[in-house]
Amino acid sequence: METVQTVQTEKFSYDNTIVRNFGIATVIFGVVGMLVGLIAALQMIFPELNFGIQYITFGRIRPLHTNAAIFAFVGNGIFMGVYYSLQRLLKARMFSDVLSKIHFWGWQLIIVAAAVTLPLGITSSHEYAELEWPIDIAIALIWIVFGINMFGTILKRRENHLYVAIWFYIATWVTVTVLHVFNNLEIPVHMWKSIPVFAGVQDALVQWWYGHNAVAFFLTTPYLGLMYYFLPKAANRPVYSYKLSIIHFWALIFIYIWAGPHHLLYTSLPDWAQSLGTVFSLMLIAPSWGGMLNGLLTLRGAWDRVRRDPKLKFMVVAVTAYGMSTLEGPLLSIKSINAISHYTDWTIGHVHIGTLGWNGMLTFGILYWLWPRIYRTELFSVKLANTHFWLGTLGILFYAIPLYWAGWTQSMMWKNFTVDGFLAYGNFLETVTQIIPMYAIRAIGGTIYLLGVFIMVYNLWKTASAGSLARNVEVEAPPREKHVRHKGEYWHKWIERRPIQMLFASTVLVLIGGMVEILPMMLINDNVPKIESVQPYTPLELEGRDIYIREGCLGCHSQMIRPMRSETERYGEFSKSGEFIYDRPFLWGSKRTGPDLHRIGEKYPHSWHYNHFLEPESMSPGSIMPPYPWLFDQDINTSYTASKIKVLKTLNTPYGEDYEDVAVAELQEQAKEIADELREQGIEQENLEQKEIIALIAYMQRLGTDIKVQ
Amino acid sequence: MQIIVFLIVLSLLVAGGFLFAFFWAVKDGQYDDDMTPAMRILFDDETAIKESSHEEDNS
Repeated sequence: METVQTVQTEKFSYDNTIVRNFGIATVIFGVVGMLVGLIAALQMIFPELNFGIQYITFGRIRPLHTNAAIFAFVGNGIFMGVYYSLQRLLKARMFSDVLSKIHFWGWQLIIVAAAVTLPLGITSSHEYAELEWPIDIAIALIWIVFGINMFGTILKRRENHLYVAIWFYIATWVTVTVLHVFNNLEIPVHMWKSIPVFAGVQDALVQWWYGHNAVAFFLTTPYLGLMYYFLPKAANRPVYSYKLSIIHFWALIFIYIWAGPHHLLYTSLPDWAQSLGTVFSLMLIAPSWGGMLNGLLTLRGAWDRVRRDPKLKFMVVAVTAYGMSTLEGPLLSIKSINAISHYTDWTIGHVHIGTLGWNGMLTFGILYWLWPRIYRTELFSVKLANTHFWLGTLGILFYAIPLYWAGWTQSMMWKNFTVDGFLAYGNFLETVTQIIPMYAIRAIGGTIYLLGVFIMVYNLWKTASAGSLARNVEVEAPPREKHVRHKGEYWHKWIERRPIQMLFASTVLVLIGGMVEILPMMLINDNVPKIESVQPYTPLELEGRDIYIREGCLGCHSQMIRPMRSETERYGEFSKSGEFIYDRPFLWGSKRTGPDLHRIGEKYPHSWHYNHFLEPESMSPGSIMPPYPWLFDQDINTSYTASKIKVLKTLNTPYGEDYEDVAVAELQEQAKEIADELREQGIEQENLEQKEIIALIAYMQRLGTDIKVQ
Repeated sequence: MQIIVFLIVLSLLVAGGFLFAFFWAVKDGQYDDDMTPAMRILFDDETAIKESSHEEDNS
């Protein structure tokens, strides 16, 4: 015991200000994100709730809602939890206060940029990666700042052992970096428009490889790290099995990255790739449930405290929701179940069990635990926290159950045939109006959940004003044992002790990563079966397609007809991978609030589309699609048409030589043809051929016609 | 579908990185002790420090 005297302890402090800042941002953007979600939910019942303003139509605020919920609310929640736990687990202050500040303000600026650009219709249309290229670059830079700050702290740690939570944080950082870079490989046309390097089925695969891993490595692994830290802390007892937590971590990260293709079952993606996604998704049940049980069993023998302590209640519901959605996810990845669930509200119900239940409830639990601690006081009101808990839990149930019901009902209606072999509900709209009451209950569920969050805001506000923020917490700890170099030491050990060299090495690695970005360019000349009759889009169709992207049409309409009788009867020939080789980006969509549009081309006269976009209910009474009057006022922007053609040519789209020079002229010619036909059909409008609606109609009429069976 | 070859190679690289990290962790002795880390996190923050200084006062 004499040796104890030789160990000198070092004095240092923990930075609580940064934790508090990320905490406030979490709460603010939680409220904002959920409020936007509620507006979107109400618009599905009352389409007129966009007040005729293009910036707040459903198609544009849906990505605003998803981005705010994922990257602003959960994102800030991750950073709050990581900055608190990392310092304490490693017995070290964050590597650099300046980097912490840059990270915080940089991330908030990115969120503001998203909140401005998405309503303006600036979007790449890749789900959960909608932000355009300048913001993508900003995200990459801030993410690297976060990485340097985290790895720097790990290197100067005083505790040799890396607690399991830290492993989850590391895996998050590494994987999100790779995902973000590869799903955002795009060539800029101008400041706010880019064209992805991958096309059609390849773009779809990369996107959903990203999309699923965004769920895995942004919504799941960092929050598992938080669970492994904050749940034991709040319960004041060690995790049930540390061994199990280690197995949970390694098994989870090795399997997760392969599950993406389950988003593309029954699409034009090759079957074997679909099966790969299914198999790995099913395997995920094991580690996920291992983690859930580990969380819940941590509370063994303490269930009496759960009854009294709202923090623990929140965490129990969160971990249970994690278990439910990680069982449901693999089940939805089985083809026969996916055939029913895909494109319906079932999926929306499923993801909200994850976000409202797992991410939301865990965040609230952590906030209730953290706020009194950093403000050196007691929670203002346990009673209000309990009220919040019940509102939150009820809100989730009122949100999800109607959507499960709606999804199942609608899918059954889509697939129902009469005894004579006709579709029982040939009019798609019937299957929509049927479930509107469910949408109403869902909106009520969302309101209840949000009400709980408002109560939390008040409670945390009162807690903060009763206490005072302990900005820097003075602590002391012995330094990490100096490692004596021994024979056969790993080179990694050497580099680990040298933060500067480590930073240099990681920069080199990032640069290599940057060079690897160029590699896929060589791979884009792929061997998707080519179909002779499939031709590139005309300039006018191309501009129409970009309006389709801008308005977020794919939020409600798919362009992927699955090879099932119920689909081919309703929509026409099923979609072939060769039809999409010029689709940059792919626009398959993932939800059918309206019908599939892949074979809409030439189905109706131009005037039908004209009237339908002006007033959907004039063509489909009872439709919940909003009107798009601004498409009739705004002129087609042709100033970038030539640059778009040029970029597409560099990506091997076979436009003729110097085609960009005649593109605008050809665009105007085709616009005039369509405008003339519209006039023949009795439409009267001044300067009709210059309006955006013409481009959109051109695109609609082209869709799926390349191989249309006459 | 060359893209899938590319994605598989990329995924294998990431997985390989994690595998390397796993071997490092085992070799480093990170998992030699699978009991105390779970306990230790409960005693690592400011309250614990206060309690220990309190004990010193008593002694």
